[in-house]
Amino acid sequence: MAVESSAPAAVERIHRLDRIWAERPGLTGWITTTDHKRIGLLYLATSLAFFAAGGAEALVMRTQLAEPKEHVIGPATYDQLMTMHGVTMIFFFVIPLSIGAFGNYLVPLMIGARDMAFPRMNAFSYWLFLGSGVLVYTSLLLGMAPDAGWFDYVPLASRRFSPGLGIDFYALGLILNGISSTAAAANFLVTIAKLRAPGMSLNRMPLFCYAILATAFSLIFALPALTADLVFLELDRKLDFRFFDVAHGGDPLLWQHLFWIFGHPEVYIIVLPAFGIATSIIPTFTRRMMAAFPLVAVAELLVAFIGFGVWVHHMFATGLPQMTMVFFAAASLIIVIPSGIQIFAWCMTLVTGQPEFKTPLLFIVGFIVFFVFGGLSGITLAAVPFDQQVTDTYYVVAHFHYVIWGAAVFPLLGGLYYWFPKVTGRMYHERIGQLTFWLVFAGTNLTFFPMHISGMDGMPRRVWTYPSGLGWGLTNLLSTIGAFLLAGGLVALLVNLVVSAYRGAPAGPNPYGGATLEWATTSPPPPYNFAVIPQVTSAYASWDEDDRASDRRRLEHGDLVLEEGHRTTASTPVDGHLDGVLHMPSESPWPFVLGVVATLGTAFVLTDHYLIAALTAALAAGVLTLWHAKEPAEA
Amino acid sequence: MLLVLGSGCGSNQSITSPVTDPAREIDTLWWAMFAVGMVIFGIVLGLLVLAYVRRRRATDHDRAERMSYAVILGGGMVAPVIVLAVLFAFVIRVMPAVSAPKPGATSLTVEVTGHQWYWEVRYPGTDAVTANEIHLPARTRVRIVARTADVIHSFWAPRLNRKIDMIPGRSNSIELDVPKVGTYRGQCSEFCGVGHAEMAFRVIVQPPDAFRTWLDHQAQPAETPSGGQALAGQQQFMSASCQDCHTIRGTPADGRVGPDLTHIGSRRTLAALTIPNTSRNLFQWITNPQWWKPGSRMPGFASLPVSARRALVAYLEGLH
Repeated sequence: MAVESSAPAAVERIHRLDRIWAERPGLTGWITTTDHKRIGLLYLATSLAFFAAGGAEALVMRTQLAEPKEHVIGPATYDQLMTMHGVTMIFFFVIPLSIGAFGNYLVPLMIGARDMAFPRMNAFSYWLFLGSGVLVYTSLLLGMAPDAGWFDYVPLASRRFSPGLGIDFYALGLILNGISSTAAAANFLVTIAKLRAPGMSLNRMPLFCYAILATAFSLIFALPALTADLVFLELDRKLDFRFFDVAHGGDPLLWQHLFWIFGHPEVYIIVLPAFGIATSIIPTFTRRMMAAFPLVAVAELLVAFIGFGVWVHHMFATGLPQMTMVFFAAASLIIVIPSGIQIFAWCMTLVTGQPEFKTPLLFIVGFIVFFVFGGLSGITLAAVPFDQQVTDTYYVVAHFHYVIWGAAVFPLLGGLYYWFPKVTGRMYHERIGQLTFWLVFAGTNLTFFPMHISGMDGMPRRVWTYPSGLGWGLTNLLSTIGAFLLAGGLVALLVNLVVSAYRGAPAGPNPYGGATLEWATTSPPPPYNFAVIPQVTSAYASWDEDDRASDRRRLEHGDLVLEEGHRTTASTPVDGHLDGVLHMPSESPWPFVLGVVATLGTAFVLTDHYLIAALTAALAAGVLTLWHAKEPAEA
Repeated sequence: MLLVLGSGCGSNQSITSPVTDPAREIDTLWWAMFAVGMVIFGIVLGLLVLAYVRRRRATDHDRAERMSYAVILGGGMVAPVIVLAVLFAFVIRVMPAVSAPKPGATSLTVEVTGHQWYWEVRYPGTDAVTANEIHLPARTRVRIVARTADVIHSFWAPRLNRKIDMIPGRSNSIELDVPKVGTYRGQCSEFCGVGHAEMAFRVIVQPPDAFRTWLDHQAQPAETPSGGQALAGQQQFMSASCQDCHTIRGTPADGRVGPDLTHIGSRRTLAALTIPNTSRNLFQWITNPQWWKPGSRMPGFASLPVSARRALVAYLEGLH
């Protein structure tokens, strides 16, 4: 229940809401759920499982590279692990964790809504994501994983040079994954635009929601480029089209352009939710509002926008015209400015506030350090001639791990700690939490810092082995030791959270004095999030005592309790005026069934069973009909 | 950290030990960016330390917001605009030095073609074809024309110049003008499949006269062995499947899958620098190339009698 109240009228209303929003118990409940929080937890568990797989792949590779001329694995295995590591971390770990888990769990809570705008599509996004992950990982279990790198350049990925099914697993799996992400992004856009509690005008919306908004826009505009690219590739591979075949008027650079038109915005898609988490955690632990709130909000949106104009810096060595490169170098430099604004805003909030360096904030401080360092090495990659030296070397590996491991994942780890009491109702162990931070922080630096030097010493990326005598042995050994330290820190972090989930001290609704609306409800929140749709008249809603007192009164009077069914309020997109009451669909097995059917259909295309695939498509249409069939009347 | 970064100097594939003007200009650009970058990094670390030191001190809200805006606008907008403008100007100035040479600007052209997984090297205007060891005259402006026979590769000798991708349907070029005689290592730097790690090359820079002598010799067809084991080896080469994949000019062997072996005896390494070119290594390479270079397109010939393989070695070694 959202608000403590012992008034009999309030208690009765809360009981009624409990009945209306109750979902099926047990395992079936997890399959049919449309509760954004449970879907968020499914995303969390799944993405962490994929993270473990991607991490294990990294450890095997680091073991192979610990010394020159090692033979732990051969190049065929290495190339599969390298490809799977990249694909896993980007498509099956970071994005599903940041947008799927954090976004899903938190956005409706932060805006005072009872669910996402399209709860069943939300469930479908998850099941399709799981299907795409299972599909891609099937290839690894069969020993035929994709091995042309996550960037999958043609013609290496063409049927002539990669005749097996590996690349088809990659392409078709990522097409499915893209559909899932697109559906999720559309859902966030509508949720954020329409479902904010009355009174939450755009300038009162939490910065985390700005970050998710910017991310969702980026996904919607970036993914079509990748999907088109993957469809071209499959048409080439399966049906002898010639999109990338020079001999027939195609062009391999087309693949690269489309891939990076998606691929660079993708970096911001990965890092923006992390910015959002940073701007959630910092005010809480500094007891001060974010400095320059409007500037930070605009900067978040600008980063997403300019991110679409920088993709060619991945292609500076392909021999493009000078003018093209100058333009994209300029854009790649300009994007520094909105990032710089945010960095100094975070720093100044810390300087002028009274920071309490608890575990979540430590991870954010680590994030700032990594983001600045990785950002600076990123600037050097916009300097065309230098990029032409170091691109495709370990310098780049170092750079982007500082950014997408250090800067994007550290806030996610901090976020795991920060919202742990909200999700479980219990506190994590603070001292072990701080210890895990230092382990992970040290491991990250020890793994990825020496890679800058390996790269400057001329070590190319994506090599399964290297000769002795080039001075690469020491830095590689350090990276390998660091990788195991990092893995140890992450295991300790996980143990802390799992043990605390059972043994932690009860947390209460708002253990840190957090500022956003999720702290205004119980921990864990009830299925309907808030017993009364919260009143919002300021930007830091949970710090507004008057509004929260008003919630208590309104619950007793039955004002916007919406106890007649699955209901939540809709409001106008900009000003957040009350615009109506929406009926929300309830739990349903069909999103799960459709996810399974879509995955099976894709598997049939993959194995060239086109007739069965067509029949599966017909089956999917049938499922969609059932999905929209009239529901039994509600209690 | 400077010390650690500096320790790379001397490694024969290090970006920070340039020997040509373009590589040196890039190196200067790097150290300039490094220095400025460290100052910026230091400023941010300083702010974080300041936050820690002042953690118990409350700042009046209006004053805090004024201070914050001043630092955010100064540090996040004004300073970056200045620094980035200077960097941009620097980049524009260095770019011509590392761009493709203008037509007629060079006095020698060498065509390097990437194959899975070796480098084919041709000297247009002569019949010379070699592999993996690129001989160049010192103090001469040389145009390297970079192409591929199959997938995308990237030609990169860090001490001499930037890298340039080899892309199907395109021909890219860079200039190599090496002032110092010596041997410089390079390596494929675009992932090109299972043999990517073992696709290295050497640029062997000679005095112009010595280079001219070398080139004249390489342009000659192979000498027919006068007899003995080497002659038996030649017959073996022509009757086994060797000739399907390799060319030896002056003989019927004209395969185009593997490297041209006309003067294999004069090369110092085998299999794109994977192993030194010795009798023993050559014998083992013919026997089981997959052991040295997993995924190599070359099949093993362990099924040939030892004497036949010895004869092949004798023949190939004699091809100076």
